[in-house]
Amino acid sequence: MPHSYTAEMTKLVKRPAVWVVFALWLTLMLSFSYVFPYVGYRSAGNAREAAGILARLLPSRLPGHAISGFPLWGGALIVVLGALCLGSEYGWGTVKTLLSFRPGRLTVYGSQIAALATAVAALVLAAFALSGLSSILIAGSAGASITGPGPLDLVQSMAAGWLVLFMWCLFGVCLAVLFRGPALAIGLGLVWVLAVENLIRAVAPLIGVLSTVEKVLPGAGATSLVAALGGGGAAVVGEGQALAVVALYLALFGTAGAAVWLRRDVQ
Amino acid sequence: MPTQIAATLGSRTAPALLARGLTKRYGSVLAVDRLDLAVRPGEVYGFLGPNGAGKTTTMRMLVGLIRPTAGSARVAGRDAGDPRGLAHVGAMVETPALYPYLSGRDNLAVLAGHGHVPRSRIGEVLDQVGLTDRAGDRFAGYSLGMKQRLGVGAALLKDPSVLILDEPTNGLDPAGIADMRVMVRRLGDEGRAVLLSSHQLGDVEQICDRVGVILHGRLVAEGTVDEIRGGAGLAVVATPDEMARARLTELLGAGAVSSEDGVIRLRVDPERAPEINRALVAAGIDVHELRRDERSLEEVFLAMSAGDRDEEERSHAA
Repeated sequence: MPHSYTAEMTKLVKRPAVWVVFALWLTLMLSFSYVFPYVGYRSAGNAREAAGILARLLPSRLPGHAISGFPLWGGALIVVLGALCLGSEYGWGTVKTLLSFRPGRLTVYGSQIAALATAVAALVLAAFALSGLSSILIAGSAGASITGPGPLDLVQSMAAGWLVLFMWCLFGVCLAVLFRGPALAIGLGLVWVLAVENLIRAVAPLIGVLSTVEKVLPGAGATSLVAALGGGGAAVVGEGQALAVVALYLALFGTAGAAVWLRRDVQ
Repeated sequence: MPTQIAATLGSRTAPALLARGLTKRYGSVLAVDRLDLAVRPGEVYGFLGPNGAGKTTTMRMLVGLIRPTAGSARVAGRDAGDPRGLAHVGAMVETPALYPYLSGRDNLAVLAGHGHVPRSRIGEVLDQVGLTDRAGDRFAGYSLGMKQRLGVGAALLKDPSVLILDEPTNGLDPAGIADMRVMVRRLGDEGRAVLLSSHQLGDVEQICDRVGVILHGRLVAEGTVDEIRGGAGLAVVATPDEMARARLTELLGAGAVSSEDGVIRLRVDPERAPEINRALVAAGIDVHELRRDERSLEEVFLAMSAGDRDEEERSHAA
């Protein structure tokens, strides 16, 4: 497994598409979490409004603010990453090269998932580093005090961010394995994350059964988890249930992908 | 025989690759039908058949990519697809499939990682397939022939005792084909069991110890190249033709003489050519041509394929 993991990390690190997704993800995160709000702060109509915006951008609010975008657009791009990494193996036919080489199907799948988990962790660290730097710069430019968050809050927030992103990543992986390629997996994944879940949430108050369904959706769980840690978005369920929903979907997507990967013929 | 190969395969006589009743069915389509196959260490086995005959499906089953509907296969002493067996198997099934954004060297490094192969082996393999100078280039930029070479290199990376190569000469230039021919033969001579599928029947004829022909998923012929070709005879062009045929029938028996486009074909040991020549001349027959008559593997293969097509058309018509 360690050898296969190293091999999979080499593939990820050397793949330009991975860096493109990372760069786009970090750019969006900085833009929506810090640049646009900062522009809003500078052009705010009154001091109270400005103070409200600034308060969210200061280092003390880093744990919640940095992960605000993770459940929605952050998740959408990470679905693309997961679908791209596993789906391309089918597109290029490398799945047959790998599986006929030696390590065994489970080892190949496990090492790919472990490499993606590492990549997502690196992305979360980079997001927090950039967010921290941005909040310090904003605090400095606004003449506000630079008070860091508690280390426990920071670690909790990072762990929750990783959990949310990795769940979406495995969603992409699972779809790619099911559909044996990246294109349909990316399309369906994005439609689910960006459209279907939001539509269900929009009509849930009108239809009783949908309000129950809403509480067990992966996106709702992710949003609620982030909201519980001080991030944006409206919580649908409490912190404990949110954590359980996200963890459950993470396990479900990972296991479903593995089951298909292990059983199905490679044509 | 290199020590590692000998240790992996044990006895030279026990098959390194053995399939018994191997069958694969996709719905109503029977892709491979009760196939029996055995390739021994040191043997280069040519696996022939037209497109869609079931060669690649068989190879996929042998490396565990697809599961047989019935039957079994053992490769390098393990069930097909068992990672412990695959550790000693090098395979290139269909086109070489590698990562387009990685260089040739990085592609091999990734596979070496998965296969627990020492990195020092990468340079050796690149050298072996003649890609050392272009090892740093991206796979996507390789020509078809270079991709093919790297695919074969990947198959050799584990220094395998069993090699399964599907059309390894595809896309190679004549020099590349010649190099590949020499390399495959040498791999067999080193004690490896090689299962080779190829449409280059001339190459198969030169390098394979045994040949199996698969049609519609069934192994319809198997043997040494000479056995498959049916042995050599004699071809005679003589006048008057009818008189010559009569004299030869009298001499050799009706079963040994046939005629086609003015050429009399004789099913006899070619060593009897002088005796036959003397008999014809003594009977006042002019002998214009008397030569060794040997069908090529290609002729035999085409005849088998054509016969199979005729049979298929007849069954459709019925």
